[in-house]
Amino acid sequence: MDLFEYQARDLFESHGVPVLGGAVAFTPEEAEAAAASMGGRVVVKAQVKVGGRGKAGGVKLAESAVDAREKAAAILGMDIKGHTVHKVMIAQAAPIEAEYYLAILLDRANRNFLVMASVAGGMEIEEVAHKTPEKLARIGIDPNIGISKDKAREIILAGRFPADVVDQVVKVLLKLWAAFVAEDATLMEINPLVKTSDGKVVALDGKVTLDDSADFRHPNHEDLIDHAAANPLEAAAKAKNLNYVKLDGQVGIIGNGAGLVMSTLDVVAYAGEKFGVKPANFLDIGGGASAQVMADGLGVILGDPDVRSVFVNVFGGITACDAVANGIVQALTMLGAQATKPIVVRLDGNNVIEGRRILNEAAHPLIQQVETMDGAAARAAELAAK
Amino acid sequence: MAIFINEKTKVLVQGMTGSEGTKHTARMIKSGTKIVGGVTPGKGGQSVEIEGISLPVFNSVSEAVAATGANASVVFVPPKFAKAAVIDAIDAKLPLVVVITEGIPVHDSAAFYAYAVEKGTTRLVGPNCPGLISPGKSNIGIIPADITGPGRIGLVSKSGTLTYQMMYELRDFGFSTAVGIGGDPIIGTTHIDCLRAFQDDPDTDTIVMIGEIGGDAEERAAAFIGEYVTKPVVGYVAGFTAPEGKTMGHAGAIVSGSSGTAAAKQSALEAVGVKVGKTPSETAQLMRDILNNKK
Repeated sequence: MDLFEYQARDLFESHGVPVLGGAVAFTPEEAEAAAASMGGRVVVKAQVKVGGRGKAGGVKLAESAVDAREKAAAILGMDIKGHTVHKVMIAQAAPIEAEYYLAILLDRANRNFLVMASVAGGMEIEEVAHKTPEKLARIGIDPNIGISKDKAREIILAGRFPADVVDQVVKVLLKLWAAFVAEDATLMEINPLVKTSDGKVVALDGKVTLDDSADFRHPNHEDLIDHAAANPLEAAAKAKNLNYVKLDGQVGIIGNGAGLVMSTLDVVAYAGEKFGVKPANFLDIGGGASAQVMADGLGVILGDPDVRSVFVNVFGGITACDAVANGIVQALTMLGAQATKPIVVRLDGNNVIEGRRILNEAAHPLIQQVETMDGAAARAAELAAK
Repeated sequence: MAIFINEKTKVLVQGMTGSEGTKHTARMIKSGTKIVGGVTPGKGGQSVEIEGISLPVFNSVSEAVAATGANASVVFVPPKFAKAAVIDAIDAKLPLVVVITEGIPVHDSAAFYAYAVEKGTTRLVGPNCPGLISPGKSNIGIIPADITGPGRIGLVSKSGTLTYQMMYELRDFGFSTAVGIGGDPIIGTTHIDCLRAFQDDPDTDTIVMIGEIGGDAEERAAAFIGEYVTKPVVGYVAGFTAPEGKTMGHAGAIVSGSSGTAAAKQSALEAVGVKVGKTPSETAQLMRDILNNKK
């Protein structure tokens, strides 16, 4: 889960990473009140989970609380790269003397964690890496050893930080590492980390990604979920524990296993080129495809007004095809009149003959069986085009 | 021969007394795997009868190894307890530990992977993987044993069901070993480890490599193929049409910016002479063509 900037700020603060005052506001009035409590001069920042909001006009300096209200009114509702701004962060303004970069992240390639630190902050780190690689320290961290004081100092010196801030930045890094571990984060980035004119080092903007698999040891992470952003179909699927992602096409997809479903999306996209249709969703019903799971999945997909046909693509591994076939038949009985769109089914693997027989015998008017994945994709695409 | 496992591999099931553990222990026994016991902390001293075999349960992997001579384990322990289970297996110096469990926090996987590397005596496969099978010899994990039989194709894949699909497509040829390495951001055995083992395995003639969006493991595998692999390799990459920023089921399967795209992976593979299919069936056909030309 990616956090909003204000959530990242609050999380940093709770772990002792120095930040400036900040508050979230959902209305211009709330923005004004927050600005007033911070003494008037503030920065109004659009809260969207996408980069480039400054360029899009989503970050404005306000000279007074009234000005903050006006700036917030202009920013709220703005569209930034397809993300509507529902809230702004009111951040204390500070005179900045220098901008640095500091991040800890999961390094998939090296299968450990990575600290990136640079005296050149405020811009995209890719740009720093490209233009002035000598100013970017990239140092791997053994998860079982972590970051000692000496290691932190070594990293900060390698990032070419000036002597007068080294001690402070070392402290920030140690706090950030503690937060990274305590919260099960896969990314904690501070950009920029700034030196203010009074010589203090503070995190001005942050990005945090938390590991959803670790939610069982962080019940409080649930409060960070952005329910407003979830597509209603995604929310419905999540409530039923389904692994569903809404896409923008017309062919509903159900499959078992993430890889096979990804592959199904591709095969449908290729087949759909001819008919001008695309996959409408990703839905992995996993290994144990019971009738209930199948009904839940079909229910979500048939509730998508964009869907014109459905492709059920199952390779029976642990789950036998007869169980899947029974699941489909029972699901259609459970859904009754809700089920109105043609459903192309391709079954293969464990107990396939019995599975196909069950579907043939049920002779449901919406179900069509095609024996190969490519053939079934073509059929589903054709049906969606009509 | 086969890679990583063979008919002599003696397997412990960590979490055997749980419902998934029991179910899959029965399946593994039926497919010929030598299961020698289970490990469930707190249940040591009991025994469980599965498929007509009485299997002893131990409190720790070390005890189990001492009593049974096991040289591999398969982990069905729930995410909360998986890290402790894997560390227990590494401490017992088991040469092979296959972690089936899905949903292990990545900080835990990072910790046990680093621990395995430090100790240097354990190969981890997974987590979040279907395991590996050398048809007719041994089957460690949850791959259905009846899809196909022994043969001379090696298969490595991040995805479970795509592994099954490809084994099915090429069932008339059979496989030396098929390895599902898992779709998590941190996995113990990579495409490269399997490619190296298949290249060195005298009983593997050709290799199918299945990848998916996210990370750059396929690109690195391509570079490795260019340097090291002389056997014919056919590739498939899932997720060409996946949108940026959405995780597609596997925790590791996400395109972020320009990194992790299927197109980049395909071109990296093609640059080193790997033929890449657009669909699983087309990929199987490419392999079929290679095998038929050999005859």
